[in-house]
Formats: sequence, C-alpha cells, structure tokens
Amino acid sequence: MPDQKNPPNAANTNPVAQNAPYDAEDLRVIGKSRRRVDARAKVTGQTRYADDISLPRMLYCKLLRSPHPHARITKIDASRALAHPGVHLVLTGKDVPIEYGILPVSQDEQALCVDHVRHVGDPVAAVIAREELTAFEALDLIDVEYEILTTISDPEEALATPSPRIHNYGEEGNVHKRVSLAFGNVEESFAEADEVFEDIFFYQGNTHLPIEQHASVAIKDPDGKLTIWTSTQTPHYLHRALAKVLQMPPAHIRVIATPNGGGFGGKSDPFNHEIVVAKAALLLDRPVKICLTREEVFYCHRGRHPVLMKFKTGVKKDGSITGMHLQTLIDGGAYGSYGVASTFYTGALQTVTYHVPRYHFQGCRTFTNKPPCGPKRGHGTVQPRFGQEVQLDKIAEKLAIDPADLRLRIAESSNAVTANFFRLSVVNLSECIRRVVKSSGWKDNFRKLPEGRGFGIACSAYLTGAGLPIYWNKMPHSGVQLKFDRGGGVTIFCGATEIGQGSDDVLAGIVAEVLGLDTFDIRLYTGDTDLGPVDLGSYSSRVTIMAGNAALQAADRAKAILADAVSEKLNIPKDRLKFANKRVFDSTAPENGVSFPEAVCLAEARFGTIGTVGSYTPPKSPALYKGGGVGPSPTYSYSASVVEVAVNPATGWITVPKIWIAHDIGRALNPALVRGQVEGSVYMGLGEALMEEQEFRRLPKKLSHALVHKFPSILEYKSPTSLDMPEIFTELVEEPDPRGPFGAKEVGQGPLLPIMPAVANAVYDAVGVRIDEVPITPEKIMKALAEKKAGRNPRFGPTHFPQVDWPEALQVPPPWEGGDGNAINDAPRPKSPRLHTRSEVLSS
Amino acid sequence: MSTLPIESQKSAHLRLTLNGEEVDVSFAPYKTLLEVLREDLNHTGTKHGCELGECGACAVLVDSKPVLSCLVLALECANKKILTVEGLGSDGQLHPLQDAFADLGAAQCGYCTPAILVTAKALLDQTPNPTRDQIREALSGNLCRCTGYLQIFEAVEAAVLKIAEQRQAAA
Repeated sequence: MPDQKNPPNAANTNPVAQNAPYDAEDLRVIGKSRRRVDARAKVTGQTRYADDISLPRMLYCKLLRSPHPHARITKIDASRALAHPGVHLVLTGKDVPIEYGILPVSQDEQALCVDHVRHVGDPVAAVIAREELTAFEALDLIDVEYEILTTISDPEEALATPSPRIHNYGEEGNVHKRVSLAFGNVEESFAEADEVFEDIFFYQGNTHLPIEQHASVAIKDPDGKLTIWTSTQTPHYLHRALAKVLQMPPAHIRVIATPNGGGFGGKSDPFNHEIVVAKAALLLDRPVKICLTREEVFYCHRGRHPVLMKFKTGVKKDGSITGMHLQTLIDGGAYGSYGVASTFYTGALQTVTYHVPRYHFQGCRTFTNKPPCGPKRGHGTVQPRFGQEVQLDKIAEKLAIDPADLRLRIAESSNAVTANFFRLSVVNLSECIRRVVKSSGWKDNFRKLPEGRGFGIACSAYLTGAGLPIYWNKMPHSGVQLKFDRGGGVTIFCGATEIGQGSDDVLAGIVAEVLGLDTFDIRLYTGDTDLGPVDLGSYSSRVTIMAGNAALQAADRAKAILADAVSEKLNIPKDRLKFANKRVFDSTAPENGVSFPEAVCLAEARFGTIGTVGSYTPPKSPALYKGGGVGPSPTYSYSASVVEVAVNPATGWITVPKIWIAHDIGRALNPALVRGQVEGSVYMGLGEALMEEQEFRRLPKKLSHALVHKFPSILEYKSPTSLDMPEIFTELVEEPDPRGPFGAKEVGQGPLLPIMPAVANAVYDAVGVRIDEVPITPEKIMKALAEKKAGRNPRFGPTHFPQVDWPEALQVPPPWEGGDGNAINDAPRPKSPRLHTRSEVLSS
Repeated sequence: MSTLPIESQKSAHLRLTLNGEEVDVSFAPYKTLLEVLREDLNHTGTKHGCELGECGACAVLVDSKPVLSCLVLALECANKKILTVEGLGSDGQLHPLQDAFADLGAAQCGYCTPAILVTAKALLDQTPNPTRDQIREALSGNLCRCTGYLQIFEAVEAAVLKIAEQRQAAA
C-alpha cells in the first residue's frame, strides 16, 4: 500500500511514457522461441537453489511452532534445549521483538512470537544446532506454557466476536480493513436497468505449493556484515525488513535471492525464518541454514484469500451494464501480509475488463486464527473474477444473448479510462474472445452438446505491474546497469528475481536484441541487493515491463555510445549503423563494419570505461482518491478462454478434455516461454477450479479442539498431475503495446483468471446446475443435481452475505460524470487535469 | 565419543556406483539416499519437495529404475548403480532429453526438472517410442507447478526423435 497522504501521482500531468517504435521485421532475438539463458543450468541440476548452498561450519535451524490456533504465551523455558548436546543457540521472541511486515500499514509480525500466537504453526522459538536432526529433537525440550484464547475460525465469527482481538490494530475487533468506494450512484443505475441480478459466490482459499520448500542460509561476512541467500521473490523488501528488525544499516546487509523453485506469490513476504537465521548467524558468527518442511510451507501460506462475494449488477436488454455493486468479505488469516492491498484488489479490476459506468465496491478483510493469506497468482482479483464471469453467464442466459457475444458488447476498449480512474492502454479483449470462439467451435457446441458435456466461456484482465510501489517514493521501480568489457562481454546487473518465470531471459533478450548479440553472449547478475540496482521484486507481473524497460533504456544508451565511436571510425553517419550478428556495420554496405568487441574497444578508447544504466518508473495514475493506489498499471493484459467439460451425472465426476485460451500479450519476447506461462496459468487455474483448497478442521474435543490445517501435505492437498492435464490450445494476440519493451505485456498471471469461471459455466452447460463456489467438486455437483431433481434451485453455493458495518463510501464521480479522480467527500487532494470521457476516447 | 549425537556420527559406510563412478561414503546411518546424495556426496542436483514420497522431486535411478530417494535408506543401496541428473550427459554433451527440455521450455523454475529427466530416461530406456499416454503415465508421480506439463511431454517426444536419429547415425 502506498502512502495515501502523499500520493506519488500528485502531479498528474506527465504524458504517458511510450517506447520508440521499431521495425518488427528486423527483430532477430525478440519474438523468436529460444532456449532460455538459464536453461542449461536447470537441465543439468546446476541451478543453485537456497537449500543447495552449503558452507563450512554451517549450523542448522529449526523453529518451534505453536500447536494452538490462538493463545497467550505465559512462559518459555529453553534451558533444557540449550543443554542438549549439539545445540548452539536457542532464540525466543525477546531476541527479535521488532515488528515487521510487507506493507507499511501492517507491521504486525514478529520473527518469533513474544507473547501471542495467532495460528497453528506460528513460530515461538528457534534452535540452532550442529545437525538439523539435533535442532529438531531439541524443539521438544523447550517448555512453553500457553493460555488458550477463543479461536476465530472464519470471517463471520470474526465479525461476531470482537474480543479477544487477534491484533490490536485494524478497524475494530477482528476487522482488519473495511473499504467503500462509490463511483457514481449505483442505486440510480439499478433503477435505469431492465434487469438487476444479485448473486452470492464463495471462493475457497488455496495455496501456491511451490515444489521448492522455502530455505535460507545466512552468514556474518568476514567484515562483520550480513549476507543471506534465500528463496524470496522480493529481495528488496526483505532487505528493508532485515534492516528494521536487526537494527542494522541496510548498507551492511546483502540479500541474494537464489533462483526460486517456484514462487507464485508465496515467497513475496519477508519471512520469520529469514530473520531468525540472520539473527543467529550474527550472534554465532557461523553460517546458519534453515529449510522448511512441507508442513511448515503450508503454515507460511500467504495464499489465496477465501472470499465471499455479493454481486448486484444492473443491465439493459442489450446486455450493457448500467452499474455494479460488489461486496467482498475476506478471510485474511492471522496477519496483515499484503491484505490491505488484497482487499482493494478484490474490487479493482471489474471495470478494467468490461465497461461498468457506475460502480460501488465494498470490501472487508477480517483476521482469523489461520495461516496468513496473501498474494497468490492473480492477487485478490481471481475471486471476484470468478463471480463476475459466472454472473455474466446467468445474465446472458436470461437476456437470451450468447455469452461470448454479450462479452464482446461490453468489453473495454483501448485507451479508455475506467469508472474507477484506471487508464487502459492497448486492449485486445475482443480479439481474444473472437479467437477462442473460432478455435473452439463455440457456436457449434455451446448449448448444443448432449447431456453431460458442456462448453463455458470466461474472460479476464490483469495488471502488467503495480503502478505504485509498496513504500511510496519518487524513485524508479526498476534499474539496470550494463557493463562492457574489451572482449565484447556484456554483463547485466539488476535486482530482478528469477522465480522460474524467465526474468533473466527477458533481460538478456532485450539487451541482445538492441546490441545485435546472442542471449548467450550476455552474463547476468540478478536478485542481489549488493550487485544490482533495485528492482522491487517478482510480483504483480511487473518484471517484463519494468526491468525490461530499464534494460531497454540501458541498452539504447550503450548503443548510442558505441555508435558514436564506430561512426567516427567508419566515417559514416550514426543512423546508417546497424547492430546485428555480433557486428556493428553500415546498413547500406554490410561488409563495412567492425565486430562487437572492436566496437566496445573503440568506444572505450574514445570515452573511457563503458557502462550504462537504465531505469523505469510507471506512468502516473489518474486515480487520486484514497485507495486508488491499488489497481493502476502501465497496461493490462487480457485473456479469454473456452473450457470443455464432461460431467458424469451419476457421480458428479468432472473431466476437462480441452481448453482454448487466447492471451493479449502485446508482444511475445520469447514465444516458447510465453506459451509456458499461459499453459502453467491454465494448469494452476484448473487446479483451483477442481481440487485445490486450503481447508481447516477442528481437532476432537477430547484433544485440544484446536483449529488445524486439514491436510498440510502434498498428498492430501490435491493438485493436478500429468494425467489430469487437458489439451490446451493457446493463441497469442500480438498488438505491441507502446508502454511495454518491444510492445510486451504480462503473461504470468492473467491467463489463470478465466479458467475457474469457464469451468463453472461449462458445468452448467453440461448438466444444468450452477456451482457458485470454487473448487467445483463432484460432491457439490451431486448436491446441486439433487436440488434440480427435487425441482428446487439447481445450484450449490452460499446463500447469504453477513451484515457488515460498512463505512461511509468515498464518493468519486466517474470521468463521464465530471469526476477528476478525487473523492468529493474526502479531504482535498491534489488536483488532476480533466480526463477525456469514454465517448471522447472512443471517437478519437 | 559418547556425547556425540548419532546424527553427528558418520558410522555407516558403503560403496556404490554414482553416475558411473565407484564411490565410498560415510554417513549417519539413519540417512536416506536423498540426504546422502545431497549432503554427503555433494550431489545437489537431486531435489526435495516433501521428503514423504509425495512430490517426486527426488527421483533418481537405482539400477535403472526410478525410485524416490527420500523413501530409500542409503544403507539399502550398497553396490547399487545410482544415476542422478549430474550423470545424464556424457562426453561433455547434454543428453537429448536435456537438450529438448532446455530448447522447448520444459524447465521453468527447474526444480522438478532433474527428477523428471531421469524418470523420462528410464521410460525411454524401456520404451524407446512411447505414446503421449505412456509419457503421461510415466511422469504422473512427478509434480510440476510451473509448466502445466504439456511442454514437458513435447520435450520427451522431441528427445525420442533425436535419440532415434543418433542411433541411426551410429549404426
């Protein structure tokens, strides 16, 4: 969450930064499917993940975790553990008491709980020993006394149980955050509508399940500073948290993000285990490692928030939306994490996909005694996307409009400004819809298949990078340095973090394209706070556009320097020079030129040591109201998907044989990797649609009756295997976006979003029952089929939305009602220029 | 000696063939093959995701058969032939499976890749021309959270062709 008092978009007058056009015919690296730069390391087992690091004299750390979901710690005695042979150190909460957290507004975590545990798995002590097993055994020797507190197990309980409080901050009781944003008068819009639809949906929580368990190794450097290698997606934010908790100057801390063995958002928070091993390494002056067990990874969580949603949508007979009122009730788990941002995200992107002229969003996040929820792929936008797309299917049926046609009628268009003041760039949602309609044979299949088989469609939009940093500041979001050596070597230094998504290859591809090199000519040092300029992290699909644009700028600057020297040498004008095939030459007489290493030497002789930098700051957003910091992005990706399902009416068993997906990518920098991101998103969406859930249960009364994770293991937390994968037909819609490097937009998250609602809509097409809840399991289908048979509402899903004391809405008139991006009932905020109305934009 | 916990005692010793090379190793006797490979033989190419036999990330070949090294005691492996990802290539060249995985986007984060590569090798050694369904079946114990598996299937199929070409060229 950015600082709301001083929005960085205050001076909202800058023109939108756009990259110079380029000749697509001329591209040699970009747009070609290539072996990624880090592929060889990965297929030979040489990629060094955090747990692969082993150092001389290294000790091992294990954490003692709370067995209770909610309790006061009344006493901790570690003396028996300390006396255990092989144990070097035991840490408890008082050793690292300073609170931290990813967002400035929720600094609510302690590396080891001092006096209050908030979920099963909250760490209370750490043992550091010579062997991992010794540390593990010594955990049993730490004596902790707890005073059990009432457990808050879900948001309804949280609303009804203000005391005991899980945290002593937030709105009140166990309500963490409540927001209400009104863009125009929705009640009026419902009065103008021909039909008003009201639906309640529930989206169950689920988790990232990266195959790599979180691991960290910390050392006290020979000069007394701290270095930590860790599986993090956000080394910069961990750097900040370590400096705060350890009370050390940031300059004395080096965070190295090792390549992540999968992240998906689950390694984006600063974690207690990272702080603990850092503290232990400093105290012991020996390397200290921790690697979480799989069970502990489930307790780290930060996964998908369970969200109850109520959509009220007014439509005209032609399908156009007159207004929408969305309420979300969010189960936050035990800590803030990204939750305030997640809360806003549940209401942010409804307007970015379809034109919603009036919109009222109310969101409420509560604390509960479960592992904290946070950002998982699609962060906060996935749950309401499900609700909106399923409701659209219901609307289409009632209005007797084909659901694909309905979406085409209401899809947002390029350069629009939405009701909530998000400025769109290139929008190709309609083209995505047309592509999947065609490739899937939609018109011949939808509502035309025999009982038990069905087609469903859904769409989505997603950010290409969060428009605002987590800590408000005026500095760039990403920086790149390039170093050139006399052998022609180019080295990229950047804070961007490789989590498997291919961020290293994005950087290498862009630099290689500009300088006429091969990606394998380039070396990369990334994810290291000592070596590279800051990149904020691998979250919000921001790396390609932000680090990519920074790399583009640095490479363009280097190219200009080299061109100066070469044009002087060849005595031809600079604009005739071409950089290609590892040479710099006269484009009108290609034989007249120099090799790339010669070009570097010429430039070094002429100008001295060659190095350039590039940086990227997103364009300013017109959303100036409080809360408008969550949702703006330089540009948005769009996806449309058609899913085919087969449902056995006797068992409810669902299979998905085929999925068609079209993704509005702008420009695919490396199409093989882009396809992999699309298919990986579809896969993960399918897991969420059909089986993945982070479920909890009460232990029997005769035990502690504690609320525990139902199945913290990979065996029981079902995820799709190779046998479950459907055929996927991926199409990329490529209209370069001038805001992206070579026109590229995001691909890592957006294509996940349409899958769950498309499955639900296809199930309805197959057997005529609505499953208004994710995951869509055979049990739920059987229950809905029983309702159908009994002549009742053929539906499974939530039926009521609890009473929430919503705050007075911030009234922000939409652009077409004279709004300037500010709330009219809030303290005055900086003025913004008048924005074009939608009709002006469309007619221009 | 008496105060040294058992986990610090390297009291078990054995000889095995690791990637074609005979090695002796001493280790704490309770250790799994996975732990001995990673911690005592410094072969960290083999990964772990659960240590309970659920994720498949630790698969290695023991006498040419894929096994989950987290479920095998190292002591059971005396005189066995172990193949890990480090032993897949030969003569400085990548195995065709490695090349295909690298070229076709079959490795994203790469964490499940070593185990999938050796499992695929075991399949191709037994079944040089597998169908897509046989590939699916063979890899169904190896979870991958990144790729959605399709590029993995395609890479195995590409390697099949490459291996056949190599065989033909050699014949």
